[in-house]
Amino acid sequence: MKEKIYKGIFAVLAFASLAFLMGIVIVLFKEALPIFQKVKIGEFIFGRYWYPTYSPAEFGILPLIMASVWVTFGAVLVCVPLGVGSALYLHELAGDKQRAIIKPLIEILASIPSVVYGFFGMVILTPFLQDLFHLPTGLCALNASLVLGLMAVPTVCSLADDALNYVPKSFREASFAVGANRWQTLTQVIIPAAGSGISTAIILGMSRAIGETMTVLMVSGGAAVIPHTFLEPVRPMTAAIAAEMGEAPMGGLHYHALFAIALILFLITFVFNIVAEMISRRFRIKLGLSG
Amino acid sequence: MKKNLIQDSGFFILFLCMLTTLIFLGLIIYFISVRGLKVISWEFLTQGPRMGMTQGGIAPAILGTVYLTLGAVLFALPLGLACAIYLCEYSPKGFTVNLIKMGINNLAGVPSVVFGLFGLAVFVKFFGFGVSILSGSLTLGIVILPLIISASQEALLAVPQSIREASLSLGATKWATIKNIVLPTALPGILTGIILSIGRAAGETAPILFTAAAFYTRGYPRSIFSEVMALPYHIYALMTEGTHPDQQTAIAYGSSLILLFLVLLISAAAIFIRQRQKNIHG
Repeated sequence: MKEKIYKGIFAVLAFASLAFLMGIVIVLFKEALPIFQKVKIGEFIFGRYWYPTYSPAEFGILPLIMASVWVTFGAVLVCVPLGVGSALYLHELAGDKQRAIIKPLIEILASIPSVVYGFFGMVILTPFLQDLFHLPTGLCALNASLVLGLMAVPTVCSLADDALNYVPKSFREASFAVGANRWQTLTQVIIPAAGSGISTAIILGMSRAIGETMTVLMVSGGAAVIPHTFLEPVRPMTAAIAAEMGEAPMGGLHYHALFAIALILFLITFVFNIVAEMISRRFRIKLGLSG
Repeated sequence: MKKNLIQDSGFFILFLCMLTTLIFLGLIIYFISVRGLKVISWEFLTQGPRMGMTQGGIAPAILGTVYLTLGAVLFALPLGLACAIYLCEYSPKGFTVNLIKMGINNLAGVPSVVFGLFGLAVFVKFFGFGVSILSGSLTLGIVILPLIISASQEALLAVPQSIREASLSLGATKWATIKNIVLPTALPGILTGIILSIGRAAGETAPILFTAAAFYTRGYPRSIFSEVMALPYHIYALMTEGTHPDQQTAIAYGSSLILLFLVLLISAAAIFIRQRQKNIHG
């Protein structure tokens, strides 16, 4: 009897995270809905003007979405070569001694808070970029991309390294046995075998970049216009929410519009995570791993 | 010959990737350490801000971060541990377990600012806790919940099945086995998870933006319903608000160094414990 009670308690508590996830979904929908009674969903997503405090206010978040896309794309250009390249180095070239130092170091670096990255971007990168490109301001999409990309490198590197380690040793030995050298083995056997694991790492890195708030809030510049180059100030979705929620009157249209942005952001990262999970599950089955 | 040339240049590029990564990450730590050390003093660590944020220290922000982090762990640890115990020890495999696992994975991927909005709508508004330590801790608790669950799960899975069976065969009940055998064995792993989540909670900014943080409070927080200053938010606010950018930037360097030091120390400790654990158990 007592045993059953314990089991019951654990079972109920186990649903907490699911309940919070549901709670987040419900809250986002509930708080976002009022804006869609005033503005059509199509106009909201594809509207080109974000003037939430003007009267009459304009709620078009295309500039914010495009800003997020640009910045995330830029970040991927930074973090994929560096992260995956570093993982390949760790896997193939670093000896046991180097590995024993670098691997934990990368994990420790992954825990640097985002606000510290943002601060670094503001005080070091901003003046540097401003001088380099003769810009009116160094706070721009490029700055955000660089900082975000750099920030995602340890995550991508760790996950990609794990994926490489899952590839069975026998693959490698078989490749050597037919006369391939190390580079051929790496590029034609190991990388394809770990390919979906590495893509999972990249998708999770992207998901992190698109949802990252503090760094983009601090270094992206904040202008809500559709960007044409990487050197313009932009305002990604997360930055808009974080910067404007403090001033938006509670329960007003602006408040609900910010929740609607959060809802869209949530759905994007949700899809990313599901895709990553699906790929990684297939990857494990392909290599004959359980789980 | 050509084969080897390709291999050598390929390996050289990989080496450059690793080097660039380490150099950039090193630069961040270097700049913040060098400039941050200039402002850090005993006074900086033990006093509150003075003269409109241009002088004095960051003691209330440090203390605020400690409160928020402690609160978050107190909230998330029982939930997370219970969830991990259920999944590893009790769970009948199947639909429910997959559903819970899906919930955990997706919760881990939710952008931090979305947690902040959830906290604002639910804890600040709906429950009426206001902008307070309580609201901030609960919000941060949800942020670190997936981390605690997966670390505890890993620790529980590492406990050999034979120990459980030995205990059960001696007539111990399931709960007695978990409490007396499994949990003590898994403790180091669970501790690692807790330490890592402390580091995460201490550095998170977006979840506390609208639920707990204040740029300036007079003195120290009096109850769990007070607003608090917090280290990460303090850095952000110093750089974006106020009227004396130069003096504020100097203080922000100091605050960043303290935050960086705390978080790196915490995660280094966790990773060290894990490494030692691995060496002992092979």
